[in-house]
Amino acid sequence: MTLTALRRGLTAAALIACAPLSALAQDFTPSNPECIAPANPGGGWDFTCRQVGKSLQDEGLIPSTMQVVNLSGGGGGVAFAEVVNKRNDDNDLIVAASSATATRLAQNAFPGNTMDQVRWLASVGADYGVIAVAKDSEINTLPKLMDKMKADPKSVAIGGGSAVGGWDHLKVLIAAQEAGIEDVRQVKYIAFAGGGEAVTQLLAGSLQAFTGDLSEAKGFVDSGDIKVLAVLAPERLGGEFADIPTAKEQGIDAIGANWRGFYAPGGMSDAAYDYWVDAIAKLYASDEWKQVMETNGLAPLDLHGAEFQAFVQESVNNITALSKEIGIIQ
Amino acid sequence: MDTLASLADGFVVALTFQNILLALVGCFLGTIMGALPGLGPSNGVAILIPVAFTLGLGPTPALILLTSVYYGAMYGGRISSILLNIPGDEPALMTCLDGYPMAKQGRAGEALALSGIASFVGAFFATWGLVLLAPQLVKVALLFGPAEYFALFTLAFATLGGISATNQAKSAFAAALGLGLAMIGVDTQTGVPRFTFGEVHLYDGIDFLVAIVGLFALSEVFIFLEHRGSAEEEAAKPKIEIGRIVPSWGLIRYCTPTMLRSTVLGFIAGVLPGAGASLGSFISYSIEKKVVDSSGKTFGKGDPRGVAAPEAGNNAAAGGALVPMLALGVPGSGTTAVLLAVLLSLNITPGPLLFSQNPDVVWGLIAALFIGNLMLLAMNIPMVGLFTRVLMVPPRILMPVVAMISFVGIYGISGSSFDLLVMIAFGVGGWALRKLDVPLVPVILGTLLGNEMEVNLRRAVTIDDGNYGILVGSPLAIALWTIAIVGFILPIFVGGILKRRMKQAHEEGSLTD
Repeated sequence: MTLTALRRGLTAAALIACAPLSALAQDFTPSNPECIAPANPGGGWDFTCRQVGKSLQDEGLIPSTMQVVNLSGGGGGVAFAEVVNKRNDDNDLIVAASSATATRLAQNAFPGNTMDQVRWLASVGADYGVIAVAKDSEINTLPKLMDKMKADPKSVAIGGGSAVGGWDHLKVLIAAQEAGIEDVRQVKYIAFAGGGEAVTQLLAGSLQAFTGDLSEAKGFVDSGDIKVLAVLAPERLGGEFADIPTAKEQGIDAIGANWRGFYAPGGMSDAAYDYWVDAIAKLYASDEWKQVMETNGLAPLDLHGAEFQAFVQESVNNITALSKEIGIIQ
Repeated sequence: MDTLASLADGFVVALTFQNILLALVGCFLGTIMGALPGLGPSNGVAILIPVAFTLGLGPTPALILLTSVYYGAMYGGRISSILLNIPGDEPALMTCLDGYPMAKQGRAGEALALSGIASFVGAFFATWGLVLLAPQLVKVALLFGPAEYFALFTLAFATLGGISATNQAKSAFAAALGLGLAMIGVDTQTGVPRFTFGEVHLYDGIDFLVAIVGLFALSEVFIFLEHRGSAEEEAAKPKIEIGRIVPSWGLIRYCTPTMLRSTVLGFIAGVLPGAGASLGSFISYSIEKKVVDSSGKTFGKGDPRGVAAPEAGNNAAAGGALVPMLALGVPGSGTTAVLLAVLLSLNITPGPLLFSQNPDVVWGLIAALFIGNLMLLAMNIPMVGLFTRVLMVPPRILMPVVAMISFVGIYGISGSSFDLLVMIAFGVGGWALRKLDVPLVPVILGTLLGNEMEVNLRRAVTIDDGNYGILVGSPLAIALWTIAIVGFILPIFVGGILKRRMKQAHEEGSLTD
């Protein structure tokens, strides 16, 4: 008798314990959570997948280890096509994305694919763009640099870590447009294999200016080798970067954020979609993630669900317009 | 000496039981990964990142594990080059040229042991270079602008003529083919896709590993299939003997100058971001050939110096590549790019301030490199006997295994079945080229270096507004061009004279080599 009562009691307790969990899970829990990093190990997408996967598990937001799959090729296009064509109904799958994904979608660089074919989940932070010069450069403000470019576009070679038409290139063009340079095609942009290589060439004297992300420039800012003219953020960043002026306060209203986030297959069920949006939002709010962001120089950018979808749509539209203007696409 | 005191502190950090165990595990795994075609140092390191994180290792132990894998893979790459004529990774490419002929002559044991020693010499002195010169060496990297890089890559191609083939025209054809393949993909300087036929898989260009495994490993399998079971095969495949395992003291002494010269060249190539270990082993081999064997008599036919040079060169380059990574935060090779990402996720920002901000990490890491390098030498020499057993495996068992490892290895990297098709295409292409007696090494070199050569030319010219004068605009560039031109022209004349002499000598019947 007592045993049965005890058992009943335990069952009830277990049920009560489970109740909030199932409410949280919104009728869905991934049995095999998987994150596709659309690049080789070592890059930004790979980092996003691995770091988010680890933190989600640490925080108990997913039931098992996140499996990270590297599916490189086509600047993310191979992974995008794979998700659209072969894994459209997969509820356990999320894919790392960033401004580069939006840029390529805007420029039709994923042949036959558009941004509506997938569901955009949430962002996990942003890396704001910077424009910098070597420490011994005579240029001290962004308007000065822009004036020089306006007077003689050939006198300033700007290097960055993305291909022509890529995000590092577009950022500087956005600034040039805001500064009143009419024909932005005149801007002399030199593409390098990565931000670090471009900074090295700035120090070597081959370039006059550098465009990239704050995280790429951080080490050289700390050592005093380069001067950051402006950060392309809506307002000054906190902490150690508080000294860096924004472009906006210098009269050039340019914002360039390299956001990091995730998309999911287009056929993902609403329950699963809500589950992932919710998990990433909770992760974003956690102390562990704040620590990760600080370590990696990520600035806040907290968008999820429909908000994030609209944000990506807007950046795709803006990039499409700009790319048409500079002749990257017709 | 400040530096030596710091290094001593580094040894204190590195010499804990846990760290030594990690270095041992890393070295062993690295060697195996390096030896398997497809899996190279960068994948090896990437595979172990989650392991390091799961074990909850701190920055120093994690780095010790991962750099041991890195050095181990650089050692391991030579094994399959020598035994199977299949490079385990890109930098081990040049080791095939003399390593495999040595194995065929029944000197596999010697080749493996000698290349192990050469690897040790290269890595050992490169690590010292890292200790003593890292801050100064950064300035060398800053001397190289796009124009100088272009001159450097041209130098590499100018010395190509001496490599592998007796027929220079075929060599040049193979290099041109490689350069053509390098053009596939999105052109970074204009953002326009080239030769991709709208196929998104080709936008990033052709992966070197896919090309190497296809050209070398699969074509080997095809050749085997073609000759399968024929009497010809039995006759063509003499029973391979392993030979002595420890090379004679005399042989080591004979190769010492080669190792030292190659170490210096490899180290410099490693220090330059964007050049890396492949260029290191390549330049080491071709310059060494010019220095000691300008008539092309012994290199490519199993000359021990042809094994020692690239191995010392690529291991020195591996050490050299850590210089820009640590001191500039700029990866000099694919593997250092992965290591850089690890450093960042461990809350360490590589860059000009790393040596002053995180001395324990840097010096602990450098001490670990010394320890790992010694371990690798100690581990590799006794393992030579074990590795050479591979040669005892009959081809009808070995070849399917090679095919399997190739497919699994390539699929494991990219997870893309398209890459498998590309690999098969390269296998068929490699088989055809072999039939036509066209050397395969220049094809890979063209693919590997062609892109960098092209983009640096275009960067230089764009920076100088379309003026080609910038290409000879600095003393360094002029010096590199001079070496390139001398290296290209000299062998044509000297080689001619030497060949005539040899002919005379031959007619007199005194040439027995």
